[in-house]
Amino acid sequence: MANMNPNKCPMPEQDPNVRNKNFEEVALGYTPEIAIEEAQRCLNCKHKPCIDGCPVGVKIPEFIALVAEGKFIEAAAKIKETSALPAVCGRVCPQESQCESKCVRGIKGEPVAIGRLERFVADYAMANDTTEITVPEQNGHKVAVVGAGPAGLTCAGDLARLGYKVTVFEVLHTAGGVLMYGIPEFRLPKSIVQREIDNLKAMGVEFILNFVVGRSETIDDLLADGYEAIFVGSGAGLPSFMNVPGENYNGVYSANEYLTRVNLMKAYKEDSATPILRAKRVAVVGGGNVAMDAARSAKRMGAEEVYIVYRRGESELPARLEEIHHAKEEGIIFKFLTAPLEVIGDDETYMVKGLKCQQMELGEPDESGRRRPIPVEGSEFVIDLDAVIVSIGTSPNPLIRSTTPGLDTNKRGCIVADEETGLTSKEGVFAGGDAVTGAATVILAMGAGKKAAAAMHEYIQNKNK
Amino acid sequence: MYQILKKKTLNSNTKLMVIDAPFVAKKAQPGQFIILRVDEDGERIPLTIAEYDRENGYVTIIFQEVGATTKKLGLLNEGDCLHDFVGPLGVASELEGLKKVAVVGGGLGCAIAYPQAKALHEMGAEVDLIAGFRNKDIVILEDEMRAASTNLYIMTDDGSNGHKGFVTDALKKLIEEGKQYDAVIAIGPMIMMKFVSETTRPYGIKTIVSMNATMVDGTGMCGCCRLTVNGETKFACVDGPDFDGHQVDFDESMRRSAMYKAQEKEAVEHHECNLHKMEVK
Repeated sequence: MANMNPNKCPMPEQDPNVRNKNFEEVALGYTPEIAIEEAQRCLNCKHKPCIDGCPVGVKIPEFIALVAEGKFIEAAAKIKETSALPAVCGRVCPQESQCESKCVRGIKGEPVAIGRLERFVADYAMANDTTEITVPEQNGHKVAVVGAGPAGLTCAGDLARLGYKVTVFEVLHTAGGVLMYGIPEFRLPKSIVQREIDNLKAMGVEFILNFVVGRSETIDDLLADGYEAIFVGSGAGLPSFMNVPGENYNGVYSANEYLTRVNLMKAYKEDSATPILRAKRVAVVGGGNVAMDAARSAKRMGAEEVYIVYRRGESELPARLEEIHHAKEEGIIFKFLTAPLEVIGDDETYMVKGLKCQQMELGEPDESGRRRPIPVEGSEFVIDLDAVIVSIGTSPNPLIRSTTPGLDTNKRGCIVADEETGLTSKEGVFAGGDAVTGAATVILAMGAGKKAAAAMHEYIQNKNK
Repeated sequence: MYQILKKKTLNSNTKLMVIDAPFVAKKAQPGQFIILRVDEDGERIPLTIAEYDRENGYVTIIFQEVGATTKKLGLLNEGDCLHDFVGPLGVASELEGLKKVAVVGGGLGCAIAYPQAKALHEMGAEVDLIAGFRNKDIVILEDEMRAASTNLYIMTDDGSNGHKGFVTDALKKLIEEGKQYDAVIAIGPMIMMKFVSETTRPYGIKTIVSMNATMVDGTGMCGCCRLTVNGETKFACVDGPDFDGHQVDFDESMRRSAMYKAQEKEAVEHHECNLHKMEVK
């Protein structure tokens, strides 16, 4: 008999006023007992709507049934049949708008905590599964993956499993992409990402770091080198700025810069060589997940007051509910319907002094369906600050599009690729993730990497018939 | 790993290293740069490529020991390895079609001006190379610069080599004497590039400067190196490092470069303190 409790088993978490001063993980994870109790809430319904909600098609009811039986390692193996990075997805996927949004239990009460269960089994298997990973039987074909972020890692993993010799080219000194430089330690410990990458290495995937595709070698060079197909998962790394006066004062960061200094370059550690401003009053402009990450990081770096400045209302915030909830718990102050007009700086020191803002009100819905913010006349005010973090989006890096003839891109600079196969306008070249969609989520990038891997396999098989 | 094949001291705080980095050497061009990390927890620092040997896969860097990282780098020896070395980054200098050029280098900037002069010289252009140093004891690459130019003018701030004055004095004199340059390429401290640009502005001579901004990733990801060019925000790492000197807001860039000065000073002191401890042991 299923557990008919209408609510999810709560996630054990660090106390908000303790965790906002450290970089350790916020959520502590289910225990085996809680996991079994939560798994028993799954009705194992016939239609399995949850699977349709998953971009990589994880066999959700099957793995949950195994959890309910206490077979955690088997449950992890079930997830790994379709997902390359379960410990990552269990932490950063927006389950509330994907698998969990389709769960039948969500109609009357809360859906099954699929994400928390996925995280539990992945962590359990990491700690307890002693099965050695081996290199799959090789099929004699070699493929290249450009970019070691979530799309590239997923694509590499799937192709390696099919027997391909996979080489991943990464420009940074660490593989992992946004999982390493962007998402903070307290939300996704880097040791977990590294474990997933090490697993791919154990499967025979080769990583070439510090390699600039587009400069050291172009896509055409790689094709000429004998890579039969190439997946481009180069992400959307170029930060957008507000284009308001004063934006180049010292103390104005892009979220990418701030998070890269804190995460990848480890400025959160006392002995780090990376310089960073230890600001006391910080405003983060934007309302997405990255903005929440930046705000919560700034708090942990010692800021006393951290503001989220967002020009629409609370219900329009694009960030996940859980991230907003966590941010509020940690003392982040939300300034809704507030648009930045100008960064005020000190002309002597050239440091940020404040952010001049304007109050907004909501008007008629715009083309995105959200109500358009309209400025309220005479409502300007200044927030006193010593740092501003701009988190209003990113766009794809121009390097690959500008060095790859025959690769079509759209007016936003995104690579044009078939949604189902990732095939681009250039033969043998596939693409997916943020490089195609513009800034989106880890799981959508993984979904694209997965679809592209299948299409690349088919392409190479047909070519060699 | 990226092995140090050769190390040479150019002056009291400037060193040259040849690094084994075939992926960088393969397509490197004048004007481009690399990012390196000395060790696993090190910071990423950008350095312009001073010379490259495509055939053997070697890249030469020249650096001044000013910060904690460059001091640490200077302590490494031939046979040691750098943890990371990535490039070529940035857009290569556009030298095509230039027939008569003044290349102006200031201090360490000469290390970067030199490959440009060399490339232009090899393309058959007439190259006047003006190099500025504080005094004659810190002059670097004199033979190399002479070989890479039609005329070499070395200026010293204190006149210790017999030619007292700033690079701008020499440049202005040459222009006044009637030299018709297609372009002036200025590489060195930002203040020098600013004054070179101001010197050429009244004559309307195209002036290219190489903006050595503070960077983190160097690939267009962080925006730390942003600068204002003709009123627009540009990234030195992917839009540059070369820009039209008459359009760059140098004052802003100089202030941005100074942002972490206090922290850097602290890091250097900390580093020297550690070195001292090592010596005491």
